[in-house]
Amino acid sequence: MAALRSSAARLLGAASRPALRAATAPTSAPAAVRGMAQVADAQQHSQTASGDQANLKTFQIYRWNPDTPTEKPKMQSYTLDLNKTGPMVLDALIRIKNELDPTLTFRRSCREGICGSCAMNINGTNTLACLCRIPAEDSAEMKIYPLPHTYVVKDLVPDLTQFYKQYKSIKPYLQRDTPAEDGKEYRQSKADRKKLDGLYECILCACCSTSCPSYWWNSEEYLGPAILLQSYRWLVDSRDEKTAQRKDALNNSMSLYRCHTILNCTRTCPKGLNPGLAIAQIKKEMAF
Amino acid sequence: MRLSGLQKEVLALYRQCIRECRKKPEASRKRFQVFARNEFEKNIAIDKRDFGAIEFLLRKGRRQLDMYSSPGVKDIK
Repeated sequence: MAALRSSAARLLGAASRPALRAATAPTSAPAAVRGMAQVADAQQHSQTASGDQANLKTFQIYRWNPDTPTEKPKMQSYTLDLNKTGPMVLDALIRIKNELDPTLTFRRSCREGICGSCAMNINGTNTLACLCRIPAEDSAEMKIYPLPHTYVVKDLVPDLTQFYKQYKSIKPYLQRDTPAEDGKEYRQSKADRKKLDGLYECILCACCSTSCPSYWWNSEEYLGPAILLQSYRWLVDSRDEKTAQRKDALNNSMSLYRCHTILNCTRTCPKGLNPGLAIAQIKKEMAF
Repeated sequence: MRLSGLQKEVLALYRQCIRECRKKPEASRKRFQVFARNEFEKNIAIDKRDFGAIEFLLRKGRRQLDMYSSPGVKDIK
């Protein structure tokens, strides 16, 4: 068993990094396979049993290093065997970082679409790498870029300072002056609670905002779909008492009305939410 | 010499750095000034037509200035 595993690992090493093969002793290869090791092992066993061919896939990844600002950003290709990689793009990225190129930089945390760290532009669509499957059927290259129209910190890491600043500006917390009637909790009817469904799930991954052309051109002043969805979340909250002030803050030509219902936000949202609808609701509330 | 907009921005950032230095305690003021000067001289060789790089360095510089100018920062090594 152990012999089988180490030979399989050697195969893996040979397939995925011919350049490093000479430098790495075969015994050290299994130790280098971190994180995905168990999945990889299981798949290797089934593979050696059936004798499948390696299922190679090339990833083109945007690279830029802030330490050498005069060098232009470039696309770098990495080839992985999909039989030994997890099903999601994030698995592939982690494997590239572990085995092929430790200098590749990206944010990731929960690997299950809850934290919103791994938002990036994959094959032209903003999405979370951890929720995006690697298409197994076609052998076309996958292109991975950072979120569009953001300043890049390094490789796939976007600078979201402006985004968070805007989030702060809408005061995303409960504002009340009167205490609760029983002095314990702020109670809410089931119907009122239901209004928050489809709003509270937003994880602020910035996929929608960075896909909005209107936000691209006016990101300084226009709040963007993600922040407006959050605005609406606090506007409809039955427990919040500063609804009028919140509406006042949005009542200018830039903050809200730069939304031209392009609906890229709704199309791209990796959580399946509808920021376009929320913005339309705000507009409706402001109008009547 | 006629300066381009970008060059003016760089100079404005440098001036602002020096101004912020004056708000630091007298004992460490000199070190702040030397630090600011060094940060600029590190990239003195960049081609003046390399707009992308200069704009990035400007953003980086502004971020650094923001951080170092907070009153909590009293000395720099």
